[in-house]
Amino acid sequence: MTDIFAKHQGLREAYEGLTAASPRNPFEVVIERPISASVGIIEGRETLLFGTNNYLGLSQSKKAIEAAVETAETMGVGTTGSRIANGTFGLHRKLEAKLAEFFRRKHCMVFSTGYQANLGTISALVNKDDVLLLDADSHASIYDGAKLSGAQVIRFRHNDPVDLEKRLARLKDHTGAKLIIAEGIYSMTGNVAPLDKFVDIKTRHGAYLMADEAHSFGVLGAHGRGVAEMQGCEDGIDFVVGTFSKSLGTVGGYCVTNHDGVDLMRLCSRPYMFTASLPPEIIAATMAALEDMQARPELRTKLQENAARLHAGLQKVGLKTGEHVSPVVAVTLETVDQAVGFWNALLENGVYVNLSLPPATPDNRPLLRCSVMAAHSPEEIDRAVAVFGEVARHFGL
Amino acid sequence: MTDSVAGISGMIIEKLLANPKVPRDIDGNSKIVEDLAFDSLAVMNFVMEIEDELDVSVPLDKLADIRTINDLAGCLHTLKVAHA
Repeated sequence: MTDIFAKHQGLREAYEGLTAASPRNPFEVVIERPISASVGIIEGRETLLFGTNNYLGLSQSKKAIEAAVETAETMGVGTTGSRIANGTFGLHRKLEAKLAEFFRRKHCMVFSTGYQANLGTISALVNKDDVLLLDADSHASIYDGAKLSGAQVIRFRHNDPVDLEKRLARLKDHTGAKLIIAEGIYSMTGNVAPLDKFVDIKTRHGAYLMADEAHSFGVLGAHGRGVAEMQGCEDGIDFVVGTFSKSLGTVGGYCVTNHDGVDLMRLCSRPYMFTASLPPEIIAATMAALEDMQARPELRTKLQENAARLHAGLQKVGLKTGEHVSPVVAVTLETVDQAVGFWNALLENGVYVNLSLPPATPDNRPLLRCSVMAAHSPEEIDRAVAVFGEVARHFGL
Repeated sequence: MTDSVAGISGMIIEKLLANPKVPRDIDGNSKIVEDLAFDSLAVMNFVMEIEDELDVSVPLDKLADIRTINDLAGCLHTLKVAHA
């Protein structure tokens, strides 16, 4: 009998090599419990959380918690069905209306996860006769959505409008639809996309543009509508996709648009149709978190201040970070061994960050990926920077 | 030199040899993943460099069938002829 796992031998060797050299398994960190948005118990110790994507700290929003508890008590804890069968409650429709209003769009579809929002939107919008133009550093959910769609996929260089235009020019005789996909903030590096420039290009070349604002929703723009709002180009973005699992602190995803054709997506988007819908208490918590976010714009101001403080601090202690100041601050290292050692030392000294390894990172280099929160105090950021500095000195960096 | 499959293959080898990590004894029959130890991302990034050289775009699904340098050269040649 053929060993069904034989194909993963290379992965096994890489995994065993990595875990053998590490005092703890970086893929099995357990946050025993959060004490607050910024502190959790890991290995029995209070640990500063700098890798949770909980940008506004709303996973601990009192209003969201109360809404979830009250809804669970009155409606139960699950829908037990798909949106196209028994899984649409009044709350799902209410959340979709709220999000459409927030983004000033005609339509909104809510998905069970952010991953499914990309899979479900991309696979419903394009098929084998169409072309997708993806930023080379796109998230796995975008690549997977592209694969599910069957469309031809062409990558353009990361954040490079000139390269995108060159590739669109080569498609001038293509008769199918062309859909460009870029992210607002890139999850690994914190880089911000030039969406305004992409809008100019898509208009000239008769293409559609989809922006994944997963990491920028609630974070950038005067009202938190993301990079498109910040750059004043929202009207040129055809589809905005995002998630509730970062700035809103819950789980789920969405797609908003002004295109009326999106209603048909509810009848052909398999990741939307063939999965259970979000439980009512999650919908209630998401709506409460959205209201909380809208009522407290000062959270975004604090977040930007904190991002600038962490970014400047890490540069001051001599570490290499990206050029963009955003709530994702990634320290680039040269080797995986160095990154694993550094990451372990940070955790042992009370700071949790994400260890991100190639090929999930650009340029084949490992990253120590930090995400900063509005809930971090200046002292917590300074403490994290100090630990980074001490560990860097220890490793001779 | 990029008008034929052999010419494109030669150009690919030349570009690959500019990377010191690539084995020196590669030829058109060398397997890109096995012999050059490229992972999927490295393959995609390398193809991007070649695309600019030939002014073509290679859809990702085409890469799934490519094993050797000559396979890649053949694919690029077909796309270049179609695009011309």
